[in-house]
Amino acid sequence: MGHVLTQAQKALRETGGDRAGGVLGGVDPRARILGACAFALVTVLCDWLPVLLAALALASMLLILSRLPLRPTLRRMAAMDGFILFLLVLLPFTAPGDPAFAIWALTATWQGLEQAAQIAVTANAVVLALLVLVGTMEPVTLGHALSRLRTPERLVHLLMFTIRYIEVLRAEYLRLRQAMRARGFRPANSLHSYRSLGYLVGMMLVRAVERSERVLGAMKCRGFSGRIPLLETLRYGPRDAAFAGGLALMLAGLSATEIAHAAF
Amino acid sequence: MHIVDGALAGEVVLGGAALAAGGIALGLRQLPLEKIPAAGVLAASFFVASLIHVPIGPSSVHLILNGLAGLVLGWAAFPALFVGLLLQAVFFGFGGLTVLGVNTLNIALPAVIVHYLCWRGVTRSAPPLAALWAGFGGALAIALTTVLVGLSLMLSGDEFIPAAKLVFFAHIPVMAVEGLLSAAAVYLAVEVKPDLFDTLKGAAT
Repeated sequence: MGHVLTQAQKALRETGGDRAGGVLGGVDPRARILGACAFALVTVLCDWLPVLLAALALASMLLILSRLPLRPTLRRMAAMDGFILFLLVLLPFTAPGDPAFAIWALTATWQGLEQAAQIAVTANAVVLALLVLVGTMEPVTLGHALSRLRTPERLVHLLMFTIRYIEVLRAEYLRLRQAMRARGFRPANSLHSYRSLGYLVGMMLVRAVERSERVLGAMKCRGFSGRIPLLETLRYGPRDAAFAGGLALMLAGLSATEIAHAAF
Repeated sequence: MHIVDGALAGEVVLGGAALAAGGIALGLRQLPLEKIPAAGVLAASFFVASLIHVPIGPSSVHLILNGLAGLVLGWAAFPALFVGLLLQAVFFGFGGLTVLGVNTLNIALPAVIVHYLCWRGVTRSAPPLAALWAGFGGALAIALTTVLVGLSLMLSGDEFIPAAKLVFFAHIPVMAVEGLLSAAAVYLAVEVKPDLFDTLKGAAT
């Protein structure tokens, strides 16, 4: 299966991986996954805005350490903000509290503004840390690391197959789309458009299932026994200990500040 | 539709994660290794389908197609859609990490409900009627998803109620489009490969 996996590594480059560089590139993937989870947990549990801003700063520092290209990474982070924009805009006007300012008949409250700011900073900090720590991994490495972290075997296998075939099926989708364009199809608000796109999805599903039958046949022919050996061996080293220690220290600092603020 | 980190109350996040984990476990139990390639390739195709943008009014939306996923995958929709959401969060930054469970539940539970309501209708009817069932299922899945998203927000605080209502009403055109697309997709699939909907059947142990 190693051969299949290597191809997958190439196929999924577009969805992010294969650019691990900088100081973080050499850190054990398991440490990076656990680090991202710990970071998310601490950030979500904190409420005080200065602490959240510090968490965002920490995530930005990781971004600089990882030597990821800044602009595309930040653009990805901003893409998420589009989803929650309506929530953040509504919140100041719907949360009860002391009035801050009014637009027409709507009154915004300080509490609402603060809550919106908390959500925005938290969400961005967590997504940034996730993109930097885990998103820089090759997708297949992610599967291996999750498997070493005791994720159920079948779930890891499912993840690996999905990773492997996303790019293949996307290429097929683009081919079908090109064929449609060659016949003059242009998406519009019409029943015809929706029906054609529906047929496109249906065709993709039919082809996907037929492809999976061929895949299973090929795997059986090569003696597939029900287990996919994962070839990567992961080992903790001094660099991982330094990363884990540093991150733990900073997260502990954030938690301590939050607790101290809540206590007084 | 993706909820982000920091918006929900802790109880909602934990409850969502627990229920999603249960659903994933149930889904995986129905997936012997023989069926993993089929489930993986289908999960990948629903991931790719979610990258398709469909024009709607002056703007466009990306497809979710969780109703269709439910019809094809059954309980396996839980692990399959979870994998898709995980990859989206990690590599595209959509959604979040702690809310992965809630997001999985909000998308996969309607898929399973649609499976129970519409699967028989889709597989036992002539193509036009099957398409009608699928259209109903596709629209219903989006409606249920928006209701669940609204519920997750409402349970986290009363100040979210207007936002939850807005989510629901803003998605009414999406329900129509997803219904139409699912109907067309099933119409073609039933004509071309009627056993598509049995791909993961007979696997239950």
